[in-house]
Amino acid sequence: MTENEIKNLEEIFEARIARDEKIEPKDWMPEKYRKSNIRQISQHAHSEVVGMLPEGNWITRAPSLRRKVALLAKVQDEAGHGLYLYSAAETLGISREEMYEQLHSGKAKYSSIFNYPAVTWADMGTIGWLVDGAAIINQVALCSTSFGPYARAMVRICKEESFHQRQGYEILLTLCRGTQEQKAMAQDALNRWWWPSLMMFGPIDAESPNTEQSMKWKLKRKTNDELRQQFIDQTVPQAEILGITIPDPDLKWNEEKKQYDFGEIDWDEFWQVVKGHGPCNKERMDARVSAWEEGNWVRDAAMAYAEKQHDKKLKDVG
Amino acid sequence: MNNNNLYNYILGIADNTLILGQRLGELCGHGPALETDIALTNIALDLFGQTRNYFQYAALLVGDGKAEDDVAYMRTERNYFNVLLVEQPNTHFGYVMGRQFLFDVYHLLLLEGLQNSSDITLAAIADKGIKEVTYHKRFSGDWMKRLGDGTAESRQKMQEAIDDLWRYTDELFQLTKADKAMIYEGIGVDVSNFKEAYYQEVSEILNEATITVPENKYFTSGGKKGIHTEHMGYILADLQYMQRTYPNMKW
Repeated sequence: MTENEIKNLEEIFEARIARDEKIEPKDWMPEKYRKSNIRQISQHAHSEVVGMLPEGNWITRAPSLRRKVALLAKVQDEAGHGLYLYSAAETLGISREEMYEQLHSGKAKYSSIFNYPAVTWADMGTIGWLVDGAAIINQVALCSTSFGPYARAMVRICKEESFHQRQGYEILLTLCRGTQEQKAMAQDALNRWWWPSLMMFGPIDAESPNTEQSMKWKLKRKTNDELRQQFIDQTVPQAEILGITIPDPDLKWNEEKKQYDFGEIDWDEFWQVVKGHGPCNKERMDARVSAWEEGNWVRDAAMAYAEKQHDKKLKDVG
Repeated sequence: MNNNNLYNYILGIADNTLILGQRLGELCGHGPALETDIALTNIALDLFGQTRNYFQYAALLVGDGKAEDDVAYMRTERNYFNVLLVEQPNTHFGYVMGRQFLFDVYHLLLLEGLQNSSDITLAAIADKGIKEVTYHKRFSGDWMKRLGDGTAESRQKMQEAIDDLWRYTDELFQLTKADKAMIYEGIGVDVSNFKEAYYQEVSEILNEATITVPENKYFTSGGKKGIHTEHMGYILADLQYMQRTYPNMKW
């Protein structure tokens, strides 16, 4: 293709984005757009799959059969989300194996929130309420993202996530209406998960390297800071209903701005975890890598068996 | 309680689905592929669903305001009556599938019998479970073939698992006192009647999977009497952790 032809295609592409048209896998797209999408979608898929670990850790210990079933179903939904998202990324010409490889080698990131340990039952409630709550805010914005397969996957995922969030909140509501010990468990979980949840929206806008281009291509529809503010404004009243205290002495309603002011996020902690040195980064990666490596012989067997069946069929027909 | 035998009979069935569900619950997020994680979670969900139905019924028999979780969580190890097979660990995927397969073939035969029970609650639970367990058996049977007739390594691993788990199969057909009483009343299923059908069906699938049917004639049992393998205490430590640490609370 000549330079002029590419320029022409780029103009058509930009015009389609401007008209809010969806870009489909077979459409021409700039290489950078393809790469950005692969990065974002695979990162999201990895987050779902790594996110299964802290909650999966509580399935055998869930305090009632009803909670156990709900938690299993939730973790299963996350596996399902991982599947749709990997499939959406595959339409851009990358295989699931390659994406796994990037995850295992540390080249691809996943949401840092899953590098925090889930140490009590109240964490199952708090993860649902705050982590899924924050994820929904990010994801609702993505339902109108410009890449068609991603946008469609997000519509379905958002429905399930909002169910998870209500389920998490309900766990906490039960704890907060329970004994002193249960309420203390809920408060402790909020203390530990609040700040990491705010970090889920990423660095402040001025320091977010991908935001500008992502906004331009409508991969992202709102900035990190806008989304974070929306999350805080929506979550504070929910904490009030629970009767537990958000661990931020600077949190205060700002009548003029009609939003909450909040304290300084510990960005050193954020970068430490992003760079791989959070409380569970190593454990999460070890768990994923060993699942993959220990599953090798199983996947090989499934392939070999499928080939044998295929050959047999050909022979029968022949 | 005026029907201790019925209560114990229900535990004898439901403890199997509970403990196997626990074992499958350990795997979520650690399987060889997302697809198998999803499928095994589905099976665990079915098993826990059945468990809840049985225990809700058992709790009614106990009366005294007891609920399903009291039955599920608050017994000592000697009062869990699951077979030893279902408590065996997830040593590798071959063991997971082998355990599942050896249980599923039995489980379906049991439920097919139980749907004719004169106890309408048990018959209804069985009727619903048959659809689920038919799928479980197809899934685990297909994996027997994939792993048995896949690669040399997978055949060796699948054979190893079947060889190790085989000694727990005979217990499936042993009758407890509660079983005998319930068979007499037309409520229970005489599982000893389908022993031959079981081994025949299992052998057919193993043959197709190019797995050698073990010739071992030495079997181990005890679970049905509450005498478990050493694994069981750890399963219960996880299962009961919250209920034991924080007694009498709502979750």
